[in-house]
Amino acid sequence: MSQFLQVRDLHVTYAAENGGLRALHGVNFNINQHEFVSIIGPSGSGKSTLLKVIAGLLEPTRGELIFNTQNDQPARIGFVFQQANLMPWRTVLENIMLPMEIQKIDPLVSKKKALELVELVGLDGFENTWVQDLSGGMAQRVAIARALIQEPELLLLDEPFGALDALTREQMGEELLRVWQVRKTTVLMVTHSISEALLLSDRVLVLSARPGRIYDDIAVGFPRPRTDQLRYTPAFGELSQKLKAAILPG
Amino acid sequence: MEISLKPTQNKNNLSKKWVNQNGNWLVLISGFLVLLIWYLVTDWSDLPAFILPSPLMIWTTFVRTLLDGSLVWHFSLTLLEVLLGLTAGSFLATMIGYFLAKSSTLEQILSPYLVASQAIPTVAIAPLLVIWFGPGLFSKILIAGLIVFFPVLVNTVVGVKSVPQDLRDLMRSLRATRSQTLRYLEIPAALPVFLGGLRVGATLSVIGAVVGEFVGADRGLGFLISVGRGQYDTALVFVAVFALIGMALGLYGTVILMERKLLIWQHHNQKSSTTEIEN
Repeated sequence: MSQFLQVRDLHVTYAAENGGLRALHGVNFNINQHEFVSIIGPSGSGKSTLLKVIAGLLEPTRGELIFNTQNDQPARIGFVFQQANLMPWRTVLENIMLPMEIQKIDPLVSKKKALELVELVGLDGFENTWVQDLSGGMAQRVAIARALIQEPELLLLDEPFGALDALTREQMGEELLRVWQVRKTTVLMVTHSISEALLLSDRVLVLSARPGRIYDDIAVGFPRPRTDQLRYTPAFGELSQKLKAAILPG
Repeated sequence: MEISLKPTQNKNNLSKKWVNQNGNWLVLISGFLVLLIWYLVTDWSDLPAFILPSPLMIWTTFVRTLLDGSLVWHFSLTLLEVLLGLTAGSFLATMIGYFLAKSSTLEQILSPYLVASQAIPTVAIAPLLVIWFGPGLFSKILIAGLIVFFPVLVNTVVGVKSVPQDLRDLMRSLRATRSQTLRYLEIPAALPVFLGGLRVGATLSVIGAVVGEFVGADRGLGFLISVGRGQYDTALVFVAVFALIGMALGLYGTVILMERKLLIWQHHNQKSSTTEIEN
């Protein structure tokens, strides 16, 4: 497996007028191609900051990101936010097609891709629905489809199901597992949920409390393809316990 | 308690429904009633026609001015002033408003002046503008434009500032250019608030043009009102006033139609929520 992203000695300190907060303090890790990595950690440990830096939305104070992309092109990155973050003046299909429009790709090509994704995330029949008529779970499916349409080399998920109720959340975790097993994109996901992280990931990075740094790197060796049933096996329970102990030591 | 509450609620709903279904008829009937009472008042009292002309007199004046072409001539001149003023005023307001919303430095420098300029009643400086720019078309456009400027400016600033930061982050993560962010995000997101400002501006621009014509003009509906007053031809004043009301309503209606067309997503939402209430 080849390395896709190297994060080297990343520091982020917010400007003094924004509180002078030290959000990240020397973060180092690698992500391999086609790997699903989760970041878990206490609130305020700088998880979202880390994703924003990787997405290029925020300049790090120190350190560097090395993307291993073809022809040294900037990496194509898909970002799924905590809120679905859809445009209410666009229909489901139009929201999914937005990244393609920005890349100025032939609308016929992008429409075909968008329709495939609608099917993949299970929204058949809702193509022309206005997004404010969707439930929270459905809206987040649209957001995932939108992030996938430009075939990103890296998919960043910032607590993608954090705003959903517990049942929908479990269901969406299962959905994401299915989608990822079809697409095999490299994924970095921030989450608060231990079981979500274990179900989906190949590796879980544990971030320490502020200022954040990588505290533990736990490999999740369950064989793929996985299903939701995995949650109820003893091995899953053991690893959950281990992970919980790593997050909340003592 | 429950039993006694239910029927009244039903009745309330029913009467609401009836009003909804027959709303247009009610407006027509009440309008007709007002005209009838007006006619009876002028017929039975000895009010001279220059104080309150009867609806019939106004109608004859309307037909006369329509047939000799003078009403259309004055109407179209005022409409031209209004449209040019509205276009120029809202165009400038949109441009400046956009940059004010985007740059806090610019906002800090300019907003005291803008607020202060709003304290000057445009109506009061209209004579000055006519002295400076002459009694022709330009001074009217200027007055109409000035009056339109502020509401459109404020709504543009509010509209652009209301664009959610998360959506801005999304556009940045998609590497959208500045103009793409404008086109795909800022314009559609600011449009509802902006059109609200334009709706107010559209009716205000009619006021601006008429004030300009009062102050100094030899044509237009405002001029027609001055002429009617001077000649004690109150029926003519009424004809001009009704023409102005028609113009303002037409402009207002045009903006509403634009809103319906451009903001389908919102209207669709309202529609579905009203059907929910009805059910």
